[in-house]
Amino acid sequence: MDARIRNDFPILDRTVHGKPLVYLDSAATSMKPRAVIEAEADFYRESYANVRRGVYALAAEANERYEEARAKVASFIGAQPGEVVFTRGTTEALNLAAWGLGETVVEPGDEILVTEMEHHANLLPWQETARRRGARLAAAVVTPSGELDLDDLRAKLSRRTKVVALVHVSNVLGTVNPVAEIAAEAHRVGAIVVLDAAQSVPHMPVDVRELGADLVAFSGHKMLGPTGIGALWGRADLLAELPPLLTGGEMVREVWLNWATWDEPPARFEGGTPPIAQAIGLGAAVDYLTRIGMEAVRRHGEELTALALGELLARPHVTVYGPHDPGVRGALVAFSLAGIHPHDVATLLDQEGIAIRGGHHCAQPLHRRFGIPATCRASFYVYNTPEEVKRFLSALDRVWEALR
Amino acid sequence: MTGYEEIILDHWRHPRNKGRLPDATGSAVEANPLCGDIVRMEVKVADGVVAAARFTGEGCAISLASASLLTELITGKPVAEVEKLTDEDLLSALGGVVKTRLSCALLPLGALRRALAAEDSSRRTLPPSEV
Repeated sequence: MDARIRNDFPILDRTVHGKPLVYLDSAATSMKPRAVIEAEADFYRESYANVRRGVYALAAEANERYEEARAKVASFIGAQPGEVVFTRGTTEALNLAAWGLGETVVEPGDEILVTEMEHHANLLPWQETARRRGARLAAAVVTPSGELDLDDLRAKLSRRTKVVALVHVSNVLGTVNPVAEIAAEAHRVGAIVVLDAAQSVPHMPVDVRELGADLVAFSGHKMLGPTGIGALWGRADLLAELPPLLTGGEMVREVWLNWATWDEPPARFEGGTPPIAQAIGLGAAVDYLTRIGMEAVRRHGEELTALALGELLARPHVTVYGPHDPGVRGALVAFSLAGIHPHDVATLLDQEGIAIRGGHHCAQPLHRRFGIPATCRASFYVYNTPEEVKRFLSALDRVWEALR
Repeated sequence: MTGYEEIILDHWRHPRNKGRLPDATGSAVEANPLCGDIVRMEVKVADGVVAAARFTGEGCAISLASASLLTELITGKPVAEVEKLTDEDLLSALGGVVKTRLSCALLPLGALRRALAAEDSSRRTLPPSEV
């Protein structure tokens, strides 16, 4: 990875507690390159208006920019623009999926299958759907090494299973799940596959057709884009069947006092004024990542993860969660120091300017499965360097010396 | 490596009054959903004075050190005085706590307040002097 990439991210020049910032929390949210910050600001400065309804030139221009952004995001994941719904982020996308499938395919007595490694965003919407529809929620278990137990998953699939909702790359374990294989099995029993791709789309080449899932959710802010924008990709024929989550302006055809007809996807799912500037910012982020190349992004993530993983595994007081092979992991490592709470580790590293996450990472059932309340997590992205990983490791050694 | 005051490290490494208090007159558990910290504070009040205080818990160095220190601060003190203990009193007794971790430091104080309230209410329903 070209070291000059760092210069594109103004925030990386700052210090924290008097030390240069080492930002290792990109799995929570990523920093923004100048190109994204400027794209958003330029839109406000030059082409701003509401989308979809205006007949004046400026509105048409704004609409064009918004739809261009959708086309960029679509092409980034191997999809057609009409299949990409802009949402506030992964959480809204998954709620949209859970609501829509709850209304159309989940009947009382049916089953929804999730996994023990889901982020709360891909668990709670299904809990709610199951409760609302009188369906049963089942979860495929995770093995001690942090992988999905595929035998268990298969055993829990049946004709009653209407939805299989799972994560592509675990935000705690880093595990890359074999989505294509699972999707094929799920389709065999007639289930719809919903994928939480929040940790994969930003970090590796993703082609939704190759994955074989039916609905795929991801966030802009984890892939160098603005907050408040994300997407739900869906198979066109499936999207056409789903009802909207948000009703209101700009998502309808005909409205009478007591009834209305929905617009076609994706407009049907974008009620109200959408995050227009944020969508355009996301388009710029996609351009930026495409220029680097997603293969290169993936390689860089793998290199940094391999470095951190190897060093952490070599320390007897460190426990690493998830697979030990960086080739089958996302660009993150969750770990703990023996007898030391993750928040203490994170606070002491912060004093050195190093930002890592300590906590349950919105995956409480997964932590419970491993019998721990929390973990530390270091996560990497295009702007991180091997030197930063080394700084993190040597600071971690000082934390251990101070608290052991 | 700096970051934690010596008093926090000392109470974390050598907790005082750790364990259950079998003859407690008040007991309460407080949990921090952010990090899963959980602390139980137990007090034994006699003649309006905290005769004994103990804690149990799982969590970070700051919350456990704070619980330990708190038991020392209140033992032998009149309840009326303990009830006046403020967040700032506890934080300064800990030598200061980074602002991102205030909720950890104050967790035991929340439990203590509820333990004392429980003690109060039990005294009201079954006042020992009037039985």
